Amino acid sequence: MTTLDSRRPVAPSASWTRIEMSRSAWAALFGLLVLVLVPTGAELAGTPYAINLVTRFMIYGLAAVSLDLVLGYGAMVSFGHAMFFGLGGYVTAIVAHHALEAGPLFGWSGSMQALVVWPLALACCALLGAGVGYLALRTRGVQFIMITLAFGQLVYFVLMSLKVYGGDDGLMMSQRNVVPGLDLEKPVVFFYVCLALLVIWTFLCSRIVASRFGMVLQALRQSERRTINLGAAPTPYRLSAFVLSAMGTGLAGALWANFAGLVTPDMASWTKSGELMAIVIFGGVGTLLGPIAGAAVFLGLEELLASWTEHWMLVMGPILVLVVLAGRNGLFGRWLGGAHGR
Amino acid sequence: MAADTRSLLQVSGLRKTFGAVKATDGVDLNLIEGEVHALIGPNGAGKSTLIAQLCGELRPDAGTITFDGVDVTALPAHLRARKGLSRSFQITELCPDFSALENVMLSLTLTSGRAFQAWSDPRRDPKLMTAAQHWLEEVGLAERANTRVSDLAHGEKRQVELAVALARAPRLLLLDEPMAGMGVEESARMTQLLLGLKRRYTILLVEHDMDAVFALADRLTVLVYGRTIFTGTPEEVRNHPEVRAAYLGEEAC
Repeated sequence: MTTLDSRRPVAPSASWTRIEMSRSAWAALFGLLVLVLVPTGAELAGTPYAINLVTRFMIYGLAAVSLDLVLGYGAMVSFGHAMFFGLGGYVTAIVAHHALEAGPLFGWSGSMQALVVWPLALACCALLGAGVGYLALRTRGVQFIMITLAFGQLVYFVLMSLKVYGGDDGLMMSQRNVVPGLDLEKPVVFFYVCLALLVIWTFLCSRIVASRFGMVLQALRQSERRTINLGAAPTPYRLSAFVLSAMGTGLAGALWANFAGLVTPDMASWTKSGELMAIVIFGGVGTLLGPIAGAAVFLGLEELLASWTEHWMLVMGPILVLVVLAGRNGLFGRWLGGAHGR
Repeated sequence: MAADTRSLLQVSGLRKTFGAVKATDGVDLNLIEGEVHALIGPNGAGKSTLIAQLCGELRPDAGTITFDGVDVTALPAHLRARKGLSRSFQITELCPDFSALENVMLSLTLTSGRAFQAWSDPRRDPKLMTAAQHWLEEVGLAERANTRVSDLAHGEKRQVELAVALARAPRLLLLDEPMAGMGVEESARMTQLLLGLKRRYTILLVEHDMDAVFALADRLTVLVYGRTIFTGTPEEVRNHPEVRAAYLGEEAC
C-alpha cells in the first residue's frame, strides 16, 4: 500500500556491485595472464632472478589477501597477523628439521610431504587463530589492535626462546617439501605452485565475501547495531573470518619457509605485521586484488630503493604517507571499487 | 480492540537507573495484538531507554518483559529479533555501502537464519531479489533499489529503514521516531505509509509528531520522568488534565 507512483520494475543489472565486480574480474584476469607469462618472459629477457622476485611478491600477496579479509571486510585491525606467518613457517621448518636432521618428534619422524605438512601448518594456525580471535574479539577498536599485537609479540618471543630450533638465529630448511610429480626445488615449478595457491585462495575469498556470510560480515562492519537487531550474533561471523584469515597467512608462511630455506623469529615480529598492513593499505583495503598488487609494488619499490641507497626507508616512508593521504583507498582501491565506498 | 484482546507484549515494573537518574521508573505497558500503540512523552522522558530495553540492547534492573507469552527479559537483542521483534532506529542505522536493495536482502537473509553460508551470492538469488524488491515497492522506493544508501536523501533512508524492518514479517514492529528529521510533506507521506500498515502489524510507535500520532494510534501511553502516567485512546489522552499539563500544552487542544 504505497502512496507513491514508483512501482515500475527496475532492471537488476544496474546494480553497482555487479559493475564493480566485472571490473575487478577483468583486473584479475589481466593480472593472472601477466603472472602466468612471468617465467617465460624472465627466461627470454635473461633475468631468471625475476622468477624468484615475483614468487616473493605472490607469497606476500597471499598473506595480504588474507589480512584484507579481516581488515577490509570485517574491520578487525589485526596488528599481530605476522604470528600466523611465523607459525606457518615454523611448523613447516620444524617438521622438515625432524624429518631430515633431528630425531622423531613425539614419536613422529616428521615428513617432507607438502600434502601432509602444509595442512598441518594450516591446522595449527587455525587453532591459534581461534584462540587469539576468541579473546581479542571481546574487545573493540584500539583494544583489539593492542591485544592482537600482544599475542603477536608473545609468539615472537616464544620462537626466539626455542633454542632447539635455533633461537633468534632461526632454523634452516635445507630441502623444499615434496609434492608427488612436481619438483619444487626448480624455481619455475615453485613459482607456478605459489601462483596456483594464490589464485585458489583469492577466488575462495572473493566467493566468501560475496556470499551471505560475507554480506553479514560486511554489514557488521557498517552498522553493528542494525545487524544485531536483525538477528545476527557478531562473534561467530567475525571469528570465522579471523580463523580463515589466519589459515591463509599461515599458508603464506609455509610457502615462505620453502622459498627462503630459512625461518626466523622475525617472520612473526610486529614490524612484519606492520609491513603486511602497509601492503594492504597501499594496495587498497577491502578489494582482495588490491593487496596483491600492493605487495608487488611495495616489495618492488623496497627492492629498487634498497639497491639505490641503504637508507631506502627514508624514501619509502614518505611514499607510503603520500599514498595514504591521496586517498583512503590506496593505489588500486578506487579503481577496483573496494568495500569501503568508492 | 474489543474483538481481539490478546496481549503480544507485556511490560511490568520495569526499572533502570543510571547513577542517580531513574531513566525507567516502574513502566507498565501492554500491547494488544494488531494495535498501533503510540508512546509519547517530552524529551528526556526515557523513551529511548525504554526502547533499548524492549529490543534487548539494555538489561533492566528490575521488572519483566513478556513477548508473545515468553519471558524475554534476559534475552539478548539478536535472539529477540529472531523471535519476531523488529525495529527501526531514531537515527538511521543502515549499511551505507550497500544498496537499498542489499540492505533489505540482508534483513531477509537473517530472517531465514541461513546466513552462515559462505559460497553462493545472495545477489544472484532471484527469489531473494524479488522479495527484497517487493518490500522496497511497499515503502515506495522501488526505483532507488540499486542506489547506495549513502547516496540516498534523508527521507529515502527513513523509507529503507522501514522496508528493512518490514521485510522480516515481524510479530511486533518497534518504530523509533520514523518521522525524525523529516519535513512536513515527507512526514505526511510517511503517515500515509504507516496507515497502510495498520491492522497488518502490531506497532509500537514512538513519535514526536502529534499529528501523526493522533492519526495513527489506537491507544497511547504517556511517559513522563520514566513513568507511565496514562494509557488510553487518543480522545481520552487529549482530554486528560495531567497529560495536558505534562506534555501536550496548548497547541494540541
